Amino acid sequence: MHTHAAPSNGPKQAELIPADLLSKIDEAVTHYPVSKRSASLPLLHLWQNHFGFVDDSGVDWIANRLDLQPINILELVTFYPWFRQQAAGKVCIRVCRTLSCALAGSYEVRDAFCNAAGIDPKAPTHGHTPPVSADGKFSVEFVECLASCGSAPVALVNDDLLEDITPEGTAVILSQYN
Amino acid sequence: MKSLLLPPHPKERRIVFKNAWTQGYTPDIDCYVRNGGYAELKRALGMKPEEIIDEVKKANLRGRGGAGFPCGVKWGFIKRDDGKPHYITCNADESEPGTFKDRYILHNDPHQLIEGMAIAAFALNVNLAYIYIRCEFPKAAGIVTKAIEEARAKGFLGKNIMGSGFDIDMYVHQGAGAYICGEETSLIESLEGKRPYPRIKPPYFPAVLGLYMSPTIVNNVETFCHVKQIFKIGSDEYAKMGTAGDGGTRVMCVSGDVMRPGPYEIPAGGVTLGELINDVCGGMKPGRKLKAIIPGGSSSKILRADETFKIKEKGPNGEMIEKEVPLLDLVMDAASLAAAGTMIGSGGVIVMDDSRNMLWALNNLNTFYAHESCGQCTPCREGVLWIDKMTTRMVNGEGIAQDPATLKNVADNIAGRTVCAFGEAASWPVQSFLEKFPEEFQVASN
Repeated sequence: MHTHAAPSNGPKQAELIPADLLSKIDEAVTHYPVSKRSASLPLLHLWQNHFGFVDDSGVDWIANRLDLQPINILELVTFYPWFRQQAAGKVCIRVCRTLSCALAGSYEVRDAFCNAAGIDPKAPTHGHTPPVSADGKFSVEFVECLASCGSAPVALVNDDLLEDITPEGTAVILSQYN
Repeated sequence: MKSLLLPPHPKERRIVFKNAWTQGYTPDIDCYVRNGGYAELKRALGMKPEEIIDEVKKANLRGRGGAGFPCGVKWGFIKRDDGKPHYITCNADESEPGTFKDRYILHNDPHQLIEGMAIAAFALNVNLAYIYIRCEFPKAAGIVTKAIEEARAKGFLGKNIMGSGFDIDMYVHQGAGAYICGEETSLIESLEGKRPYPRIKPPYFPAVLGLYMSPTIVNNVETFCHVKQIFKIGSDEYAKMGTAGDGGTRVMCVSGDVMRPGPYEIPAGGVTLGELINDVCGGMKPGRKLKAIIPGGSSSKILRADETFKIKEKGPNGEMIEKEVPLLDLVMDAASLAAAGTMIGSGGVIVMDDSRNMLWALNNLNTFYAHESCGQCTPCREGVLWIDKMTTRMVNGEGIAQDPATLKNVADNIAGRTVCAFGEAASWPVQSFLEKFPEEFQVASN
């Protein structure tokens, strides 16, 4: 999935930056008095938290803000699994795939989340662009170890860590985020 | 986060987990100070920096992130007065499969970490510190950021802390979902805003050429917390809790097929593997038998239930005696697990019972390493994908007779041929699963 995002017809993200995002960005840059470049990841996080993903205008804007070339930012977006070039679901479900969770049934949990969200379980399990339900509400993907192996299987649903998940419980979880 | 506030097991000794597990304890600074917090920082600020480093050395504190390097020795590499800026970075990028201790500290007792880091900063002449938290801990990042603000407001961080004339600024830096950033030079590259390709050592030892090419110490969350505890308990007492060369307590994170998985804080060497699994964790699930243990995070070599190990230990007259030790009698400390051909690593113990297929388990780990290889070094970038493809086809019943030999060959040609230890981390599971459970790979390949 290491491709530049397809151009969209809507307004560019860089044309829609609200004042509070700008002030958060200014604040974040102050945390790195030695090198502004260090603020690349924090700015990408702030950008993605606000817009849901990072479009080409975002790459250019952040690069410009930090006196970098666009490639310096784009190479981060394509490397780090967290960053996206297209929108995920409004409710983003990241199921832990790695051994302790797999022993406790995470593959079944991931499939159950897919079925409950109306996503084909045969859709790709990993990647910068996860499968999204037709209504745009949910995306379901595998991520690697979430460091909560004692309460496996676990998933990160938006910012919430959910633990000891059963396949039967997935529909209830989705209804709570609806 | 699920509350795991069980009373401590008799074999446990909670020090770094004491507050995090105390009913009614809250992560705010008032609660921390009420419980004696920041007293050790105050005391440390009155000591000579070299005395602080000596205390950490005497405590025999080993790093808790995986490599197990003696913390005081690492700190000793920093030349305090070399005129360069120095940095410390806390590695809270906890991503080693099977390891799950950081969240409890970051969520429930963040000031313990901040105090440990402030003591380290003073000892190492550091004025700027970062806590690198994986972004999959979004709430932890918020809690620690708030704690840093509280500590700054109370004068424990910032300019002239506690009237000492010493300045220390601290910030949270969030990762972005890459396991490789737990490797310390990779973490530094990531903190510099780059793709996190690990740096080659030599010359890029962090203590020499670290963050911004300046001397830098990277320590694990648990390690910094132990630093605070060393000053609370005293280095002699602290060292005595553990074994020679492995002082204090260790958080052992047990997951997989046991009755009570969880993080347990145990004096280093204070339990055998058998006591940890059968006593502390309540044993295997009903009707199941132990089959295999990965003792120190997914990268550590797997051990088989019916294995025995030849371990040397001191006899009654001080002479060294070789003893045959069954798996469950292995003592949980760095030296014993090293003698058994594996490592205590990050303390992540993954237990598997007799219902588990070892080819399936190895394939799960291979997929992990294939996903997480940063792609800098060819043997790793190519090799881990080949390994993953091979075990995937074996799991699907499409293996061929020479697959086990090819798997071993590829793994043997990754380990030792890469810039960072990821090459070994990805190869050791393959090598050890094949060596310990050859029958499961033969069957699958016919």
